[in-house]
Amino acid sequence: MTNVDLARWQFAFVTINHFFFVPVTIGLAFLTALLQTAWYRTKRDEYLRLTKFFGTLLVINVAIGVVTGLVQEFQFGMDWGAYSRLVGNIFGAPLAMEGLAAFFLESTFLGLWLFGWDKLPRLIHLLTIWAVSLGTVLSALFIMAANSWMQHPLGFVMVHGKPQLNDIWALFTNPVFLWAYAKVLLASLVTGAAVMLAVSAWQLRHGRDRDVFVRSARMALIVLVPAILFTLLVGDELGVIEARYQPMKIAAAEAQWKTCQPCSFSLFQIGGGNNDHTPTQILEIPHLLSLLATNHWNGKVIGLTPLQHQYTAKYGPGYYVPNVFIQYWSMRAMAYLGVVVLLIGVWGLWLIRRKKLATSRRFLWVAVWAAVLPFLMNTGGWLLTESGRQPWVVQGIMLTKNGISPSLPTTWIAISLGVFVAVYAVIATVDLLLMLKYSRRPLQPARADADYDAPVPAVQY
Amino acid sequence: MSSLVPFWFIVIAFLWTGFFILEGFDFGVGMLHDLVGTDDAGRRAAINTIGPLWDGNEVWLIVAGASMFAAFPGWYATMFSAFNLALVLILVALIARGLAFEYRGKRDAVRWRRSWDVALIAGSFLAPLLIGVALGDLLHGLPIDSAQNYTGSFWELLQPYGIFTGVTLVLVSALHGATFLSLKTTGELHERAGLLARRVAPFTGALVVGFIIWTHVTHTNAFFLNTIELLAILAALAAVWLVYERRAGFAFAATTVTIASCIVSIFVGLYPSVMVSSTNAAFDLTARNTASAPYTLKVMSVVALILLPLVLAYQAWSYYVFRRRVSRSDFQPNASPAPQSR
Repeated sequence: MTNVDLARWQFAFVTINHFFFVPVTIGLAFLTALLQTAWYRTKRDEYLRLTKFFGTLLVINVAIGVVTGLVQEFQFGMDWGAYSRLVGNIFGAPLAMEGLAAFFLESTFLGLWLFGWDKLPRLIHLLTIWAVSLGTVLSALFIMAANSWMQHPLGFVMVHGKPQLNDIWALFTNPVFLWAYAKVLLASLVTGAAVMLAVSAWQLRHGRDRDVFVRSARMALIVLVPAILFTLLVGDELGVIEARYQPMKIAAAEAQWKTCQPCSFSLFQIGGGNNDHTPTQILEIPHLLSLLATNHWNGKVIGLTPLQHQYTAKYGPGYYVPNVFIQYWSMRAMAYLGVVVLLIGVWGLWLIRRKKLATSRRFLWVAVWAAVLPFLMNTGGWLLTESGRQPWVVQGIMLTKNGISPSLPTTWIAISLGVFVAVYAVIATVDLLLMLKYSRRPLQPARADADYDAPVPAVQY
Repeated sequence: MSSLVPFWFIVIAFLWTGFFILEGFDFGVGMLHDLVGTDDAGRRAAINTIGPLWDGNEVWLIVAGASMFAAFPGWYATMFSAFNLALVLILVALIARGLAFEYRGKRDAVRWRRSWDVALIAGSFLAPLLIGVALGDLLHGLPIDSAQNYTGSFWELLQPYGIFTGVTLVLVSALHGATFLSLKTTGELHERAGLLARRVAPFTGALVVGFIIWTHVTHTNAFFLNTIELLAILAALAAVWLVYERRAGFAFAATTVTIASCIVSIFVGLYPSVMVSSTNAAFDLTARNTASAPYTLKVMSVVALILLPLVLAYQAWSYYVFRRRVSRSDFQPNASPAPQSR
């Protein structure tokens, strides 16, 4: 393996792992804030108990999000020095803004929320969890602006062959950013809601605190169904935008080697990949790819082979087709699982209407396992986005292979990859065990209101 | 070139200094929590002095790194690539520490808690040591070629001056943590923190004096120390004296000034360079030849000038909210039930 391959494996491994925790944090912070708001408004004990219950799960994930986020922030410079040097003046800006605007907010107010139960007035304390939620949402805003710039770079001029930022607003009005950001927020809500639903369902299946956990299950479903519906719709529109700026990405997602008009969408295929240009496509749905890629019934999708010719004419000799296998299947995994989640959600809503949510053992069993699906969808989505940009690290400006730190010995990257795999294996195991333990813990009794003035510190560690 | 380049150099120095002032005592508490608290309740009390704060303190490091990325991409690229493996170790140390805080109390088993105690202690030693080595190397110089690429091996990162910087920062953090603990605890914890501070203080003072002199001769031929170097020595000596006088508040103020002026003295020594090349002085990375586009610096200046005061305000408020001292008795197993067991 070359340095570039190793460094790419490392980046992908670390980032995919990081993004297991991020959407849970964004989603659960919002849902926990909703629960606490419900408690603030109704003063009903069950909302307080739920707030603390799900707040604990939130905190377990934030811890990992923070420490794995450190790695995210450093690895651009560690392995991708040439990339950092070339585009730091653009890409670095939203990253620094993220730190200043989001990380400080999130971490400081999480401390205040966690340890401030007895020290802050009720309203101020409620605002601290909303500040945490705002921090997570802002963090995603800046990081998506940075990532979208890599997909569709704008707001710069070339000075001596190097891109130089000349319009910061362009990063935040980038159409790729607007749609991708919406999608990430929605997907995070889906993830958080699915986790909350799964935990509530497990508790209900075990007959614990039915009247309480049925509330959280209901809330999770009411958030989940619109969120997954809009995720699918926004994802569709994002596909159209990407087809415009990164036609390779979408053509590869359908393994469409020849230009077509109208274009059909295959549910499955046998074979395929970059060396098999004529895979057997099964169950083709006419016009669907045209619709997905262009929003038009008879839209035209340019095939990979003509695109490759265009790119070599424009950028010089080279192979510009991303990994077709990854594109094809990650797109389908994301879309199909999204539909499954939607169906499960609608089933849940129907049960709410029939007042059978707490008693349908079949649904509760499915809901527990459904929590796995958003994580697979999120990973599929990122593979589609990031692998689909290859061979570019910044579309049209820099090739991935040119972004690596030039003087880095192969052994260093191999060692760091090994260390990260080992450390992340421990982290993921510990997180999973603790999440399972705390998800299955009985709901703690609420304290009497009088206790809030007692000089007992909120014991945490 | 605009005057925003030196301004951003100052911002970067400010962020690293802020990081060490705040995370310095976190490191110290992490190193010493096992000695200050002799049983689980005591250790928990020690950890909880920084419980609500450490996460926000660590963000200073992230922001320092990200700001270098935005304002000095060349500096960020060369430094982080050169320290690649060292940064892996730093990250592992910080990860171990962070997880120890969060997970230590999550299971009520002796082995579980002791394992996380070890992780916390090891991480708290290793992180300031290695970050100190890295900062020291910036000033001492590393093999860097004309294309601003590091050309040395891993072992060439271990320069004597860098190592001395690292050891100094470990000792200063330990003393800073001890004065913090004695300020933030009561009873026997307070006593033991004071005792530890008195044990550590002479060594810290001696190392700071040595470090400042070495720093001085590394970057200049001038005979007299500059103001910040003088301040570091005076503050370190004052800290030693105040620790023996048992003036916890003033001692903490003195260790704060000590750790801050040690970091600032490195950056003052560096400027206008940001990374010295031991290969050829002409290859030095400077603030100017690594700086970002002028427009980027302008944008980031506006953002930083709006957000940094805000951050300082709400972080200060969180310190105010958690100003109360922590007692061992708060963590006795038979104490009143915790409102939120984490």
